[in-house]
Amino acid sequence: MIDIDVHIELDGAEGDIEAHYKLAIKKGEFITLFGASGAGKTTLLRILAGLETPKGGVITVDNEIWFDSSKKINLPPQKRSIGFVFQDYALFPTMSVRENLLYANKQADIDGLLAMMELTSLASTKPQALSGGQKQRVALARALAREPKILLLDEPLSALDNAMRAKLQEELTMIHDKLHITTLLVSHDIDEASRLSDRVALIDSGVITKIDIPNIIFPVNKTVAKIIAKEGNKITLELLDDDLARFEIGSEMSIAF
Amino acid sequence: MDNSFIETMVLTFKLASVTTLILLIIGIPIASFLAFSKMRFKAIFETIVSMPLVLPPSVLGFYLLIAFSPVSTIGAFLKENGINLAFSFEGLVIGSVLFSLPFMVHPVQSALSQIPSNIFEASYTLGKSKLKTMLRVVLPMVKHGLISGMVLAFAHTVGEFGVILMIGGNIPGETRVASIAIYDEVESLNYALAHQYALSLFVVTFSILLLVYTLNKKSLQGLSR
Repeated sequence: MIDIDVHIELDGAEGDIEAHYKLAIKKGEFITLFGASGAGKTTLLRILAGLETPKGGVITVDNEIWFDSSKKINLPPQKRSIGFVFQDYALFPTMSVRENLLYANKQADIDGLLAMMELTSLASTKPQALSGGQKQRVALARALAREPKILLLDEPLSALDNAMRAKLQEELTMIHDKLHITTLLVSHDIDEASRLSDRVALIDSGVITKIDIPNIIFPVNKTVAKIIAKEGNKITLELLDDDLARFEIGSEMSIAF
Repeated sequence: MDNSFIETMVLTFKLASVTTLILLIIGIPIASFLAFSKMRFKAIFETIVSMPLVLPPSVLGFYLLIAFSPVSTIGAFLKENGINLAFSFEGLVIGSVLFSLPFMVHPVQSALSQIPSNIFEASYTLGKSKLKTMLRVVLPMVKHGLISGMVLAFAHTVGEFGVILMIGGNIPGETRVASIAIYDEVESLNYALAHQYALSLFVVTFSILLLVYTLNKKSLQGLSR
């Protein structure tokens, strides 16, 4: 269980804004922080990681205080059980794939992680020689090697092409189903947020305006069906959304007017 | 080859080696400070480090000589503790370290400032201390800056003349290095010996630079492969 209630000053496009994050996350939950650029999504991840210090407030993780301004407690990043995946990967260029993982945790099951992320054949390759998708997998494997309580993903798929993005989304789901690590993902892709998350937190100017399951957060912005036939006053629709389709008998339904 | 020639050459390279080693030890923290500190008066420190690039060596030598003399506060304090730096090898080391400081610091500082901040942050979020991050992640990444700095500092010390003449003089086996010897032999119209020193310096420094640049290029290619 993670409880966050912190405030911090953000450099916004229209001057400084006072951000206030209040959020409770259940153990094992997958939360997407969704919002426009500059809304303060990444700042929240960085605060959780200890890379940014809030002006005030409290962060507790499994009853352990990570930050409490009134008690002057602020655990450094090294003491927080987190795995952080940066937008541009931040792999160590002088180390091979295996060495990047070993650096994170010598005791971890490195071979198992390499196999899970399909990196076994690239174990001795240096990051420069990897493609974007491969780099992202290494960054993810390295974050997992530390066996963190919380996985923090800062737009990890934004630099990838659609095919690679879809593949890595599947892998993220697979990893989350397998390891049940509480995960916070920063994204501004509706599709990605809907597909991956248990809940989506909408962030606007440093404030969480709404937090709920994806289907409630994105009800109108999404094309849920397309018209495949129209006869007289009868329209046949094909449902595009898997989550909605579950509640219907088939993948097609007819609406008569 | 006569003994005094060998003695002078050995002293020259001993001075350059000791200076480079000291610069390597103090240069990394200074370069890190200049690359990462957000201190308001950082420009003052940057200026001090860079001064030897533009200052006539005789100016630095003159002030060091004054500082080392027993008349000055520093010199008097040193003398009380039995240390005499003027016209000694140790004095030359101090002068050379100060004078070659920018040659070591600048390449390392420039390499350090090119490292994205999230490399440091990635290491911290993996539970690693600042020291471990520096030793395992950062220093390997600035290897080429370190090699360039060491080579430049070494070569610059070998070729140093003004500071050494001011604070070291020309004492065989103690402060008489090759560049001073060349000047001295020319003054005595002993051109053959001056040439022997000059050519030796030329060949040795050329070989060191060539070797390092070749190795550096190879390791650069290895990194990007």
